Amino acid sequence: MTMPKIHFGYLGLFVALLFAPFFVYPVLVMKVMCFALFACAFNLLLGYTGLLSFGHAVFLGTGAYVTGHVLKEWGWPTELGLLAGTLSASVLGLLIGALAIRRQGIYFAMVTLALAQMVYFLFVQSTFTGGEDGLQGIPRGTLLGVVDLADDQSLYYLVLAICVGAFWLIHRTIHSPFGQILKAVRENEARVVSLGFDVAKYKLVAFVLSATLAGLAGATKVLVFKFATLTDAHWHASGEVVLMTLLGGMGTAFGPVVGAGVIISLQSELADKVGSLVTVIMGGIFVVCVLAFRRGIVGEASALYQRIAGTKDIH
Amino acid sequence: MQNPATDDFILTTKNLTKEFKGFVAVNDVSLNVRRGEIHALIGPNGAGKTTCFNLLTKFLEPTRGAIHFNGVDITHEKSAQIARRGVVRSFQISAVFPHLTVLENVRIALQRNLGTSFHFWKSERTLDVLNERAMALLGDVGLTEYAKTITVEMPYGRKRALEIATTLALEPELMLLDEPTQGMGHEDVDRVMQLIKKVSANRTILMVEHNMKVVAGISDTITVLARGAVLSEGNYAKVAADPLVIEAYMGTEANEAEAA
Repeated sequence: MTMPKIHFGYLGLFVALLFAPFFVYPVLVMKVMCFALFACAFNLLLGYTGLLSFGHAVFLGTGAYVTGHVLKEWGWPTELGLLAGTLSASVLGLLIGALAIRRQGIYFAMVTLALAQMVYFLFVQSTFTGGEDGLQGIPRGTLLGVVDLADDQSLYYLVLAICVGAFWLIHRTIHSPFGQILKAVRENEARVVSLGFDVAKYKLVAFVLSATLAGLAGATKVLVFKFATLTDAHWHASGEVVLMTLLGGMGTAFGPVVGAGVIISLQSELADKVGSLVTVIMGGIFVVCVLAFRRGIVGEASALYQRIAGTKDIH
Repeated sequence: MQNPATDDFILTTKNLTKEFKGFVAVNDVSLNVRRGEIHALIGPNGAGKTTCFNLLTKFLEPTRGAIHFNGVDITHEKSAQIARRGVVRSFQISAVFPHLTVLENVRIALQRNLGTSFHFWKSERTLDVLNERAMALLGDVGLTEYAKTITVEMPYGRKRALEIATTLALEPELMLLDEPTQGMGHEDVDRVMQLIKKVSANRTILMVEHNMKVVAGISDTITVLARGAVLSEGNYAKVAADPLVIEAYMGTEANEAEAA
């Protein structure tokens, strides 16, 4: 019933994004899109599988570093660079996931955090990451050797295509036979086991998917900013993505996009006005979110809509 | 093929024991569940009934002893594996997926045989082929008109019925029901009792149950557990007349009377 309306909403947003670079600074919109993708990837785990990973920045960072390195040092074409960054995050996701899914709840969160911190310190020490300096001046290259991506507008449409494609994949995953099992695991894990499913395998596939998409977000982000630094892999970024997802609405397809949009725009608006107070403001927002609207912006909005419309369908 | 001795018994345990740091929750239990029967496991609180269930389905690891299903040793198999063999359990607290629709709940179970459960690139519409079977199952438990309801909004008794439908979807040879009528009003108890009786055709049911009306009404064999061990076994008349059983249930009163 409400599905066509939701589709219209997506279509409207897509059209708005198509014309956005003519009105807004494209790099800011691209940054929002990268973090929206990161948050959507994270939400696939938290919102649809019930797994709180507290080390997801490590996949963002891995995607960024690997793409940055192969583009800058090895001179790979852009497409291969993106692919390399994304797949590296998948492999790391497989390793970390296989260890972490053995534990549940807070222990899962702690294991992911601990493993992510280990990788973070590897990044600090390694030479291929440039250590504290990071990788600077990474070339964006060209798309298929034709389109010069040095131009922000051209890059913008590549980033838009990547994000739309990834969002579609996430949407499809949520509404797939696999997604059904994930939701069931989130709702009642023991029951899924008792029905004969090897829950661990489903969780692992979800974890690797999520890590892959987080890596894609990192790889894309490198193209936008032309640098990769430790900030991407730092646990602050892992915390930020939790905030974005909760603020926007965990377990809603579109919530993380809204959350990322709000957080990133606030950060860039406030950065030169209040300086380091930004962190305090973010903390305040988080407290208000947890106390007043637990379902997040999108979650509360759709609940309100359903109360007004008097329907009980959930999409 | 099958050992004739095990042909009669679908599930047997030998000296099944579970110790928790010195506390023996299940002590040397040897159960024989006859094929095609409704077998009830009863006993006072803390007798080890649910622990026993958890051992049978490997949600807990037994300290000692063996479990055989259809003559096959399943003592060291994993929970999901045992479920795939056809031993499917329910839980004491209703085990539904609250935020999925009633139809989706049943479909989750049916999905297993479809073999597309890892296909994240397929549309969930590919699951619609299961709807007919799911609706038939919901019909069996009287939930047809609830199919599109979000499960959390159903009354408790209906959730238990849904749980049975989900379990039935796997066409288990052996159904383990953990207190299927717990916390229900009279009408619901009767309905679920009839339902269990109905679904027991062509399969075996082992259930933990407190409601003596249900136990007396539908079970063929009753095993009484007390303090983790088997106290008595037989049909209702035999078990009810067993002085050991009477003592286990009334024991404290009798002891107090003696002490006074």
